[in-house]
Amino acid sequence: MSESTTRLNVFKTYKLYVGGKFPRSESGRVYEVTDSKGKWLANAPLSSRKDARDAVVAARKAFGGWSGATAYNRSQILYRIAEMLEGRREQFVREVGDAEGLSKSKAAAVVDAAIDRWVWYAGWTDKIGQVVGGANPVAGPFFNLSTPEPTGVVAVVAPQESSFLGLVSVIAPVIATGNTAVVIASEKAPLPALSLGEVLATSDLPGGVVNVLSGKASEMGPHLAAHQDVNAIDLAGAGEALAKELEIAAADNLKRVLRPQPVDDWSADPGTSRMTAFLETKTVWHPTGSLGASGSSY
Amino acid sequence: MASAFEYAPAPESRSVVDIAPSYGLFIDGEFTEAADGKVFKTVSPSSEEVLSEVAQAGAADVDRAVKAARKAFEKWSALPGAERAKYLFRIARIIQERSRELAVLETLDNGKPIKETRDADLPLVAAHFFYYAGWADKLGHAGYGANPRPLGVAGQVIPWNFPLLMLAWKIAPALAAGNTVVLKPAETTPLSALFFADICRQAGLPRGVVNIIPGYGDAGAELVAHPDVNKVAFTGSTAVGKAIARQVAGTGKKVTLELGGKGANIVFDDAPIDQAVEGIVGGIFFNQGQVCCAGSRLLVQESIHDELLDSLKRRLSTLRLGDPLDKNTDIGAINSAEQLARITALAETGEAEGAERWSPACELPSAGYWFAPTLFTNVTQAHTIARDEIFGPVLSVLTFRTPDEAVAKANNSQYGLSAGIWTEKGSRILAVANKLRAGVVWANTFNKFDPTSPFGGYKESGFGREGGRHGLEAYLDV
Amino acid sequence: MGVTGRYARRYARVVTMPTTLTAFADVTTSDSALRRFLHGLPGVDAVGLEARAAALGTRSIKTTAKAYAIDLAISMIDLTTLEGADTPGKVRALAAKAVHPDPTDRTTPMTAAVCVYPDMVATAKAALNGADVKVASVATAFPAGRAALPVKLADTRDAVAAGADEIDMVIDRGAFLAGRYLETYELIKAVKEACVREDGTAARLKVIFETGELSTYDNIRRASWIGMLAGADFIKTSTGKVGTNATPANTLLMLEAVRDFKAQTGIQIGVKPAGGIRTTKDAIKFLVLVNETAGEDWLTSEWFRFGASSLLNDLLMQRQKLSTGRYSGPDYVTVD
Repeated sequence: MSESTTRLNVFKTYKLYVGGKFPRSESGRVYEVTDSKGKWLANAPLSSRKDARDAVVAARKAFGGWSGATAYNRSQILYRIAEMLEGRREQFVREVGDAEGLSKSKAAAVVDAAIDRWVWYAGWTDKIGQVVGGANPVAGPFFNLSTPEPTGVVAVVAPQESSFLGLVSVIAPVIATGNTAVVIASEKAPLPALSLGEVLATSDLPGGVVNVLSGKASEMGPHLAAHQDVNAIDLAGAGEALAKELEIAAADNLKRVLRPQPVDDWSADPGTSRMTAFLETKTVWHPTGSLGASGSSY
Repeated sequence: MASAFEYAPAPESRSVVDIAPSYGLFIDGEFTEAADGKVFKTVSPSSEEVLSEVAQAGAADVDRAVKAARKAFEKWSALPGAERAKYLFRIARIIQERSRELAVLETLDNGKPIKETRDADLPLVAAHFFYYAGWADKLGHAGYGANPRPLGVAGQVIPWNFPLLMLAWKIAPALAAGNTVVLKPAETTPLSALFFADICRQAGLPRGVVNIIPGYGDAGAELVAHPDVNKVAFTGSTAVGKAIARQVAGTGKKVTLELGGKGANIVFDDAPIDQAVEGIVGGIFFNQGQVCCAGSRLLVQESIHDELLDSLKRRLSTLRLGDPLDKNTDIGAINSAEQLARITALAETGEAEGAERWSPACELPSAGYWFAPTLFTNVTQAHTIARDEIFGPVLSVLTFRTPDEAVAKANNSQYGLSAGIWTEKGSRILAVANKLRAGVVWANTFNKFDPTSPFGGYKESGFGREGGRHGLEAYLDV
Repeated sequence: MGVTGRYARRYARVVTMPTTLTAFADVTTSDSALRRFLHGLPGVDAVGLEARAAALGTRSIKTTAKAYAIDLAISMIDLTTLEGADTPGKVRALAAKAVHPDPTDRTTPMTAAVCVYPDMVATAKAALNGADVKVASVATAFPAGRAALPVKLADTRDAVAAGADEIDMVIDRGAFLAGRYLETYELIKAVKEACVREDGTAARLKVIFETGELSTYDNIRRASWIGMLAGADFIKTSTGKVGTNATPANTLLMLEAVRDFKAQTGIQIGVKPAGGIRTTKDAIKFLVLVNETAGEDWLTSEWFRFGASSLLNDLLMQRQKLSTGRYSGPDYVTVD
C-alpha cells in the first residue's frame, strides 16, 4: 500500500442508528472523540433525550415483528451480522485499536472475539427456549408449558471501557431472544458502536431492533430509565451512582434491571444469564382430559 | 336462592383448632414479645370476633429476627441438601396431618370459605413443601450451575389473601436452596404463619432458620431495608412493590415481586360455554376475587355477549354467600373493613362512570365484611373498573369483535399477570396465548395452580417466578 | 329470601326470551341441516365439565336437607328389573316394594315407577293394583336396539297396549355414531307416535342414549338435542347394561341441555340417570346437580328419575338412621 501524498483521506461522518436510519442528533450537538492519546478521531453526535425518545418509539415499533420472527430467522440474521463484520474486520480493528489504545494484534483479537460472540448468540436463538422452558408435570388433567418470551424494549447502557466486545456482549443477548434495544454507546469511545450500526443495517436486521445512541449516559439514562414504554434496563456501563439513580427511576414501571457486574474479561464464556435477564416466563395451561366420557384413562 | 331443596347449615367444626388468646413473635426458635411490647388484634372477618392478640414486630424485632436468621444461615446452608430435604418433607407431612386444623384456622382468620381452604389452599401448601423438598439435594441439576449457592437471609413479606399458601411459596424454595428466612405475614392474617412456626418446632427445624414476625407495613419496610438481608421477596400491591424496588436500588439485594393484576378472561364465540361460565365465575369469585391473578376483566365476543351474560347471571344466582365455615358456602367474607371500603368505592366509581351494575339477590350477614358478587356491563377500557385492580368480587364485562381486538384490549393494561382464553379452536388458543403479555395463560380453564408450574407477571405485575424449577432462581446466587 | 343486606343490591334477573319449538323447525328438514345445527352447539370441555360435577359433589347435605333429599330420591326411583330371569313373581315383589318401600314405616314415599320388560307390563300393572306408581317399560329392542324399525314400533305398541304408562326406548347408537342423525331423530319421532293410545292419550317417552357408547360429551350433548327436538319427554343416560352408565358429569351435561331447551322453547323435559347409582350419597349428589343446574322445577318425579334397583334399600337404611339415630343394616330392609 503506497501512501499517496496528494490524496486526502475522506473522513467519515459518524451518525446515530435509529429505526434503521442514520440520523444526526435532533439537537444538532456533537462532541469530540479522541483516541487514547488524545488525538482527534471524529465528532460524534451528542444525543439528547429526544433522540432517546425517538429510539424507544423505533424499538417498540420493531418489537412485534422481531419477537414474532422465528428463532431460526433471528439466528440467521445474527449470523449474518457476524459475516458482515468479518468483511469489515480491518475497519473495526483500526477503530477498536484507536478507541481502546490497543495494539493492532490485541485489537484484532478483540474484534475476532466480538465476531465470534455474534456466532455464539446466533446459535442460541433457537435453543434458549428448550433450555429454560419446558413442560411442567402438574398434578391434574392439564398440559402445562412454560416458555421464555422477550421482555420488550430494553435500554442498554453499554460498557464504557470495552467499546466493542463489551458492546456486542450486551446487545447480542438482548436481541437474540427477541427483545429490541436502545443502546447508549460508550461515552468516550462511541465510534465502534456507531460503525456497528452500519453493519447491522446491512445484515437483514429489521430497522429499530437495535438503536445506537452516542452521548452521555448521565443525560439520556434517566429518561430511558423512567420511560414508561421501556420494559428493562441493562446498567452494564453505568457507574455506581448513576446505576443507583437509574434503578430508582426504573422502579416507576417496574423495569427489569440488570445491575452492573464487574467483568474482568469480556472474552470469557458469557453463559446464559444475559439472555435470561430479559426473558419472561409465560406458562400456558390447557385441559387434557380423557378420550371419552366412558372414564377410560388409557 | 329460594328452593324446595334448602341446604341445612353444614358447619365445619371449629373444635379442631385451638387458638391461644395471645401469640408472640417467633424468633430464633422461640415465641417472644415485641421489644416495645406492642400487640395487635386479629379478627375474624366474617364476624368481627377477636380471635387472638398478636405481638407486633417493630424495628428492633426485625433486627433480632434477621440476626437469628443470619446466625442460623451458616449451619443451615452447610447441611447436606439431602438433610434439608428431609426437614422439608417432614414439614409437608405435618401440614398434611394438620390440614383440617389449618384449613379451619385460615378460614377463621381470612374469611374465605372452608371449601377453598380445605380443597385448594391446604393441599397446595403441602404440595409446595413436598415439591421443593425434593429440590434441596438436586440444585446442581436445576440449570444454575454445578454448585449453586444460597443467597443468605431472605426477608419475605406476604399478603392476606392466601396467608399460608403464600408462606409456602416463599419459605419452601428459600429453605430448599439453603437460605434462612424472616417472614412477615399480613397484619390481618397472622395466625396460620404462627401455627406454621409450631410446625417447624414439631419438625425439629433448627432454631433461627424460620422466623415469623407479624406486624404492619412498617415492619415490612424495616425488613426490606435491613442491611443484612440478602434477598427480598414480596407479594402484594404494585404500589408497595415499586417502593421496594426503589428501596433496594443500588444494593446487592436480589428481589422478586409478585404484584397486582387485571387479568383478561377472553371468551370467543366458539367457546365451551358452560365451562366458560364456570371459568369466569371461578376466575373472579374464587376467594371473593381477592386474587392477584383474578380474571377481573371479562372480554366477550360481542356476538355472544347477551347469551353469555344470561348464563352468567343465572349461575351467579346459585352462589351461596355466608358463613365461611359452612361447607356449602361459595362466597365468604372480605378480608378487612379497609378492603371492603376499597371495593365499595371502586364499585361506586364504576356506577358513577356509567357502567351498569348487577348483583344476584343476595342476603349479606349483619356482622362482618361482606360484598355481594357483582357484575358490571357496558364497561370500556376507559372505565376505572377496567383498569384498576379492585381485588374483590367485581367483574367488569367488555366486548370485542375480532381476535386482534381481544388481544389488544387484553394487553392494554399496566399489568400482565394472568389471562384466560376460551375457544374450542386449537390454533386460536396458541395464537392468542402467544400474543398475550401475561405470565400465566389459562386456556379453557382458569385459576389453576401447581407447585411445578412457574407463576409470575409481566410489566407492573412484578418480576421473578415462583414455583417450579424457575422458582429456585430467586433464592440462588446466580 | 327477602332480606336485603347492607351492601346487597337487587336487580331484575335477565332471562332469555323463550322462543318456541317452531324456531327449530328448520334444523330437522334434512340430514345436513340437522348436522349443521348439532355441530354448531357449543362444545364441551371434559375436564371443566367433570370438575363442575365433582365440585357440586362436595355439597354437604345434612339433617333436614338430607331427610328431604332422601324422600325426594325415593319418590324419583324407577324401580327396575330387567333380567332375562325375570318372572311374574319377581315383578310382583318389585311392585309391592315400590308401593311400600319400607313396610315398617308407612310414611315412606312410593317410588315413581317400576321399570320392566314389555312382556311383564301387564303383570306389573296388575300387581300395582291402581297404586300411584307408574309402569315403565323398556322397548325398541332394548338394550342394543338392533332390530328393524317395524319390530321396534311393534315392541312399543305392545307395551303401551299392555298398560305401560311410560316407554324407555333406546336410540340406534350405530346410526348416531355413523352420523345418521336424522335417522336417529326420525326413530324417536316414530316411537313417540307409537306411544299414543287409542284414546288419544300417550305414554311418556324416555329416550335412552347409552352415553357410555356415545363416548364423548359432545356426542351426549348432540344426542340430547336430537331427543328433545324429536319430542322426548325424558332424556335418559343409559340402559344399565354397559360398562359406564350414569355419571355425575354426563347427567350434569344433560341437565344443562334440558335447562337450555326450556329457556329457548319453554318446553320442559325430564332427565333420568340410570345404572350405577347405588348409594344415598350418590343420589344426593345427583339431586344437588339438579338443584343447581336445571333448578327446582326439576325437583319432582315428574321431571327427574333415577333408574335403579339397589339404590332404594340404601336410601331406606339412611332414612331409618335419620329417624332412629342409629345405623341400620341389610336385615332391616326387604330383599326383593
